[in-house]
Amino acid sequence: MSSTLKPEDAAQLHDAVQWAVAEEKPLDVVGLGTKRAIGRPSQHEFTMDLSALTGVTLYEPEELVLSARAATPRAEVEQLLRDKNQEFAFEPPDLSGLLGASGPGTLGGMVASNLAGPRRIKAGAVRDHFLGFSGVSGRGETFKSGGRVVKNVTGYDLPKIIAGSWGTLAVLSDITLKVLPAAETEGSFAVEGLSDEMAVAAMSRAFQSSCEVSGAAHLPEGLLGAAATVFRIEGIGPSVEYRLEKLAALLNDLGASEKMDPEASRDLWRSIRDVSFFANGSDRPVWRLSVPPMDGAKVAAAVAAKCEARWFFDWAGGLIWCEVPEADNASEQIVRAAVAQTSGHATLIRAPQAIRAAVDVFHPPEPGLALIAQNVKTAFDPNGILNPGRMYASA
Amino acid sequence: MSNLKMPEVDQTALARRQEVAADLRRIVPGEGVIDEAEEMRAYESDGLTAYKQVPLLVVLPETVEQVSAVLKYASDNGIKVVPRGAGTSLSGGALPLADGILLGLGKFNKVLEIDYDNRCAVVQPGVTNLAITQAVQHEGFYYAPDPSSQIACTIGGNIAENSGGVHCLKYGLTTNNVLGLEVVLITGEVVRIGGKHLDSEGYDLMGLMVGSEGLLGVVTEVTVRILKAPETARAVLVGFPSSEDAGQCVADVISSGIIAGGMEMMDKPAIHAAEEFVQAGYPLDVEALLIVELDGPEAEVDHLIERVSQIAEKNNSVSMRVSNSEAERASFWAGRKAAFPAVGRISPDYYCMDGTIPRHQLPKVLGRMNELSQQYGLRVANVFHAGDGNLHPLILYDANVPGELEKAEDFGSDILTLCVEVGGVLTGEHGVGVEKRDLMPTMFTETDLNHQQRVKCAFDPEGLLNPGKVFPELHRCAELGRMHIHRGQVPFPDIPRF
Ligand SMILES: Cc1cc2nc3c(=O)[nH]c(=O)nc-3n(C[C@H](O)[C@H](O)[C@H](O)COP(=O)(O)OP(=O)(O)OC[C@H]3O[C@@H](n4cnc5c(N)ncnc54)[C@H](O)[C@@H]3O)c2cc1C
Repeated sequence: MSSTLKPEDAAQLHDAVQWAVAEEKPLDVVGLGTKRAIGRPSQHEFTMDLSALTGVTLYEPEELVLSARAATPRAEVEQLLRDKNQEFAFEPPDLSGLLGASGPGTLGGMVASNLAGPRRIKAGAVRDHFLGFSGVSGRGETFKSGGRVVKNVTGYDLPKIIAGSWGTLAVLSDITLKVLPAAETEGSFAVEGLSDEMAVAAMSRAFQSSCEVSGAAHLPEGLLGAAATVFRIEGIGPSVEYRLEKLAALLNDLGASEKMDPEASRDLWRSIRDVSFFANGSDRPVWRLSVPPMDGAKVAAAVAAKCEARWFFDWAGGLIWCEVPEADNASEQIVRAAVAQTSGHATLIRAPQAIRAAVDVFHPPEPGLALIAQNVKTAFDPNGILNPGRMYASA
Repeated sequence: MSNLKMPEVDQTALARRQEVAADLRRIVPGEGVIDEAEEMRAYESDGLTAYKQVPLLVVLPETVEQVSAVLKYASDNGIKVVPRGAGTSLSGGALPLADGILLGLGKFNKVLEIDYDNRCAVVQPGVTNLAITQAVQHEGFYYAPDPSSQIACTIGGNIAENSGGVHCLKYGLTTNNVLGLEVVLITGEVVRIGGKHLDSEGYDLMGLMVGSEGLLGVVTEVTVRILKAPETARAVLVGFPSSEDAGQCVADVISSGIIAGGMEMMDKPAIHAAEEFVQAGYPLDVEALLIVELDGPEAEVDHLIERVSQIAEKNNSVSMRVSNSEAERASFWAGRKAAFPAVGRISPDYYCMDGTIPRHQLPKVLGRMNELSQQYGLRVANVFHAGDGNLHPLILYDANVPGELEKAEDFGSDILTLCVEVGGVLTGEHGVGVEKRDLMPTMFTETDLNHQQRVKCAFDPEGLLNPGKVFPELHRCAELGRMHIHRGQVPFPDIPRF
């Protein structure tokens, strides 16, 4: 059983981390705990519960910027943005269905995981919109980096290294993000019956057009019925209409396409974003593979050749969500061998705890980079008190 | 060089110059090593010409193996290295060191691969920014970040500075458009980060490399995203009676949900200088001029032009022209793009600043800048990436008048300090280099800066890569790594625990 520390402001957070450093007490850093099931089980004695650090501290829609305490619930912030017709352009997923968690979690968790949805391919990931932060490093020191403006090259871009670091470098207290206007409307259409390979080629063609596609996903046969390759276009009404037609014409050699109304389009893209197809209450292993888009079909086929897998593609083929059979090793070798044909990587997003303790959840970096990554970890957290072992066994 | 303190010169390196040159010639044969003072003079400064220094030696490698061997040699022998692209940095990032090797990457000038299917291009670091677009434009593609120096500056330099351009509000900065890097570490080890896929595995080391000003590693290959060019683009040229009105117009455009392809502002002195230089047809009786470019399908662009025009009128615009042809659109931009040289014509010298501010602070900052201009007795012209708050004040001075350069630098420091005071930052796209190095403490505490320097230690513990840049004070890594732990003394009872 671990005890919990629950700081109520940045000063208490500072004291708490400093205490943990002095006492050499490893911490499990938690916002609302919705992503606790991702990563290696960390070895900790104390839980650092950040859930009291909430509240939006600055929101200036005309400046496209929002700052909030790190554990502000995403739901609250997203509502605030919606009221001003704005959003996080990177379309952060809500993986609670997939993971059996209680909701989308906090801003801090969103930043620490750097997980982005379908629009990532056009608008970037969390890291591309994360402007600045203040927090406490594993040295027990409060520091800040970045700022509240979009264009800033003053010193190293530490927000980049913090995004996606899963709380292993610093505990954030305050976060500043870029926000953007939400599209006025959207439309999608699906082409049915394509093989993975044809779908990947079709999605590539779409992105080589000037249609400004904001989502391209392929759901292979069996996932929802017939195979469906879906394209999304967002913007102002007349432009969406025009581009949808242009894209459909461009792809008409692939057979008839079926147009979706905005509401159906939104629903489908939410399912793709949240990986709802695998949100089946099981904890069968689910991998997330990022590969060069054109290699998507080949990589999925390599996995499928070796085990009973289900999968679908987002990011025009560049993101593969893949569910593999229950097995002690989550088919790790199979998945990694498939990805190894490319420059890409694979992360185990869902699996029972025992498996996550036994296999590499995050992609093992090549030796040169592993050393730098280890040095970076040591630079921020020399005694290894922040989420030790969550990303790598040695860090 | 007014009073810039650089790292102590390593006399041993100076004494060994001949020997080092001979050793390096074994790695980079032929004309790849330059040790003639006259020839090295071409490399003595970058775009920040007030600072000059002839390097120990200039080395111009052609292969990754050579870069690797040179760095390993430098590392083994404790010799400093300054990487250089085209030398257009405006912050002295490529300023040589008297005891350091200047490593020029100009010979890495090949486009290695264009992969339209995956929408990316793989290029060597010495390829110019514009050359990437030129390599793909026959297929209708382009590379989005477009610094005004794009004819000359290299992608390696862009990576090091995280350069921006007038289109980055909509399409992002360099960091948002890079997919992969090959980097040679100071040890000579060659590592690859990223590739043709999205998002890093583990820590985002690529995000760290971009904007690291040549302090973490030498970039030897870059994979960038390329985009299909929009179908059309049109621009609106709007004159306003005050910068407040222009600023409000920008805020209203953004609030209405429009992210323009480009949104640039110029103040009266900049408008006049540009008009005199290129006769772009700018109105001369306005206080502020805004160029708003919309791009996309024709139907969208026409619709948005209409909306922007309405918003401009509501904000008291006094003149408005909408481009009706590509030639006209280009003419709107011609003045803006030539703003720096245009200002260069009306003054013997100018000093280009690069702060970013929250946009709504513009009137306050311009007002205060006017006061400072009078106080220092130096004129100033302003061009402004209005969409993202990046301000380029150009301070006019005459380097031949004793004391004016120093005055211009002090004026510049005051402006940047002001930017930080109003919630902005010291540099939006030109980098810290040597120029803003000593101002870093206005934005960061010592603890903040030490956290950054430890990142440097993670890559280059001996501090051999481009030392003297970015950080006002160099600490030894061993010293930075020390922890001051007060065991048991931390007050703790206030924190609820259960
Ligand atoms: C007229 C003019 C207009 C400009 N307009 C803009 C603008 O609109 N937007 C903007 O952002 N900038 C602008 N700049 C600034 C400048 O062009 C950019 O900073 C550019 O990216 C520098 O590229 P470079 O190849 O000249 O690099 P250099 O000046 O040679 O070097 C810049 C830095 O990069 C490092 N470096 C270079 N190559 C490598 C490499 N391969 N590996 C590691 N480190 C390396 C150097 O050590 C140095 O620190 C302008 C400059 C001028 C002179």
